Amino acid sequence: MATATETPTAPDTHSQEATWDGAGKPFRVGYGKLMMWYFLVSDAFTFAGFLIAYGALRFSMPTWPVPDFVFQTLPFGLHEYFPDGSAPLIFVTIMSFVLIVSSVTMVRAVQEGERENKSGVVKWMLLTIIGGAGFLGCQAWEWSNLIGHEHMSLTTNPFGTHTSDGVYTVDEAGIPYAPGAERETFETGESYIIHQHDGEFLQRTFQTTDLPGVEQKQEFGPKAFGALFFFITGFHGFHVFSGLVILLIIALNSASGQYVARKNGYEMVEKVGLYWHFVDLVWVFVFLVFYLI
Amino acid sequence: MSSVITRPQNEQAFIEEDGYEDHFHDHHHGDKYQSNFVTTYIFSMDHKMIAKQFLITGMFWAVIGAAMSLVFRLQLGFPAGDISWLEPFLGKWITISSSGVGSLSTEFYYAMVTMHGTILVFFVLTAGLSGTFSNLLIPLQVGARDMASPLLNMLSYWFFFLAGAVMFASLFLSTGPFSGGWTAYPPLSALPQASTGSAAGMTLWLVSLTLFVVSVLLGGINYVTTVLNLRTKGMSMWRLPLTIWAFFVTAIIGILSFPVLVSGFLLLMFDRGMGTSFYLSEIFIGGQALDHVGGSPLLYQHLFWFLGHPEVYIIVLPAMGIVSEVLAVNARKPIFGYKAMVYSILAIAFLSFIVWAHHMFMSGVNPFISNFFVIFTLIIAVPSAVKVFNWISTLYRGSIRFNSASLFAIGFVSMFISGGLTGIWLGNSSIDIQLHDTYFVVAHFHIVMGVAAFFGMYAGVYHWFPKMYGRFMNETLGQIHFWGTIISAYAIFWPMHYLGMAGVPRRYYSFANFDFTSQFGAMNAFITVAAFVAFSFQILMIVNFFYSMYKGKKMTTRNPYNATTLEWTTPIEGIHGNWPGKIPSVHRWAYDYGKFGEDAISQYVPVSEAEAEADKELVH
Repeated sequence: MATATETPTAPDTHSQEATWDGAGKPFRVGYGKLMMWYFLVSDAFTFAGFLIAYGALRFSMPTWPVPDFVFQTLPFGLHEYFPDGSAPLIFVTIMSFVLIVSSVTMVRAVQEGERENKSGVVKWMLLTIIGGAGFLGCQAWEWSNLIGHEHMSLTTNPFGTHTSDGVYTVDEAGIPYAPGAERETFETGESYIIHQHDGEFLQRTFQTTDLPGVEQKQEFGPKAFGALFFFITGFHGFHVFSGLVILLIIALNSASGQYVARKNGYEMVEKVGLYWHFVDLVWVFVFLVFYLI
Repeated sequence: MSSVITRPQNEQAFIEEDGYEDHFHDHHHGDKYQSNFVTTYIFSMDHKMIAKQFLITGMFWAVIGAAMSLVFRLQLGFPAGDISWLEPFLGKWITISSSGVGSLSTEFYYAMVTMHGTILVFFVLTAGLSGTFSNLLIPLQVGARDMASPLLNMLSYWFFFLAGAVMFASLFLSTGPFSGGWTAYPPLSALPQASTGSAAGMTLWLVSLTLFVVSVLLGGINYVTTVLNLRTKGMSMWRLPLTIWAFFVTAIIGILSFPVLVSGFLLLMFDRGMGTSFYLSEIFIGGQALDHVGGSPLLYQHLFWFLGHPEVYIIVLPAMGIVSEVLAVNARKPIFGYKAMVYSILAIAFLSFIVWAHHMFMSGVNPFISNFFVIFTLIIAVPSAVKVFNWISTLYRGSIRFNSASLFAIGFVSMFISGGLTGIWLGNSSIDIQLHDTYFVVAHFHIVMGVAAFFGMYAGVYHWFPKMYGRFMNETLGQIHFWGTIISAYAIFWPMHYLGMAGVPRRYYSFANFDFTSQFGAMNAFITVAAFVAFSFQILMIVNFFYSMYKGKKMTTRNPYNATTLEWTTPIEGIHGNWPGKIPSVHRWAYDYGKFGEDAISQYVPVSEAEAEADKELVH
């Protein structure tokens, strides 16, 4: 075996095909940003698991509540001013808009970070936090309306669907119609909500045209609707909440000037921005399955 | 004949000259990572220490999990035998009959079977195997100072520790640990009143495994980032040792599959605690109809097996990577078909995500959907066979060193073939009508992912023990360990195939009531004896491990095996930051064994002009 007396300096013939030869990071991003991406991938799979569970359960049910019917109220009774007294999907449109706008402000915060403009970063991050908090506030109202007013819960779903045409035999208060009075009728596929009276659900009785003479009563809607709604929007809301906490911490750090001296500058802002956009993107899918289809 | 290889005379001096300057400042008298006992040994952020923590914690769990199997094997092998001598340990879980014969209580039998599976699959063969060797080898072999995030790496271990602590606590509950099988199918897992183990035991099981997933994700994100972003100069992906490829892909599988398990678990927690019916429908307990309607137990099985199947590759891929490396080093030959090995790892990883329902052929999934899963399951045999042929070709005409590590690596190949072939049977949905939930399945998966993965782990432990502790394990004890283990492991699991073909169901407490099961009494007794023999050889290994840690033969040179990979260029004592000065630059792939008459050429050695010329001639 011959060994050179001096250090070999021959050309490295393999290096042409090398993707990483010490000139820069292979992906030109810091490890922290890569790790955030991988975390988001894993989180996306968690949400995908939930949404697939949603699909599996929903499409095993004969009926499913109609979003236009379930989500038709506004705070302060404002929906009364809409035609028919209902404002389908108006509220969720507003809250989704607020969340999407908070993504836009987040983009601006990252941009100001790249410009090394501290006050700009803080300003746009605060606006993002306000947007996120606004979304959470909207969600809180929607939940409290559904739970406290419409009495939906993890185990009870008062939103039912008629499976045939028919006519009610009692009125909204549960009192049988007087003979000759005009009775409320309904058609196949029409939605109804079972209201509570004095803390008890009142399932109105009716007769259908295909089974005349048989007294039937309103059935509760599929339990899975309430459970999935609170579970998935709750899980998403928890993500928004933790995003707000992280945003607040990073905003305070930015305001303190902590990132000014760092060699990677405002990369932390960019990382929390990635998380925030991800949470918004997930909402688009949650919105799609619960409110649109 | 003068060699075309030009070797630097002094490795250290050459690395200082040629290596990659990353401006690492080593504090010789302790830095923030290793300044006192707590930061060195407990909350360590050094990947080598964390690897040892994973390994020793894994060994602890392996002993517990294996001991549990001995307890239930005693009941299965000697149903009429008196085990009242276990009463001091197991207390009320031993029931004493009126004639004074002690036997295992049925609830505890199921709890032991469940815990054995959970512990071995998650704590030993996931954390103990991939946690140990990913941590030890990724930074050392890619040429990094440490993991991308040492802090998250430390947290990864401590979440694993916490998961273990919660599971350990569940063993001492008055209602016992969870007893519904390691797959935790609802309704047994979803209804606390369904069985004794379904109560607090199941709650702790869920908490423990959720913590465990956090550990796996923290670790996995770190491993992937380190492999992609922290490679040293010249370490292109195609120069990575196969160990790193295996750990890298394993981590990706974990990142993609464990989150879905979390989805399944969170829905299960709601069914248990909040009254929802995601997995429950039309259930009667004690003649009482439950309020749960509309859920689907199949939904849980889908979510579970979307992790559960990739999980077996999370277990076996690191073992495959270790075996590839150990075989190449000890056959003194380049690994055969390096690129084919990488592509087959990737193919296995991809296919592992689209075969999960083959665990559910008998669960009521649509038989037409089964067809799809049968086809993809059988296709996995192709990349698996590529790997097997490549290992055998690597050994073919090699100058094989038959030491403990290489014996276990060869044993892995044997086990993987034996267990893999039965996998082709079980992948067919029609054969599953007979074989599903029988001892045939038990034999299959114990051989292919239990024993085989253990063999890979042992190969790794014997091979890299010097890297961990600066000493060698005792070779004689190691070889006794190997021969004892491979013989007794086959003695345990080979007969189980016959039990399974005859239809003997797994998880049953007693086989006395039917002729087709009771005829195997002698065989069951034999299996139990073999299990005890196998266990005693593992104790021998543990004794060897701790004895060698303090008394083993000292490592005197940096590269005792004359291997090519970068971990053998680091100092024997294993310092923080791995290399005292610069990180070596890499100029060649990891398998230059026997090239141009050279026994081995380390990855840091540059390719001289003469060698490049000779390379060209080889190609033409």
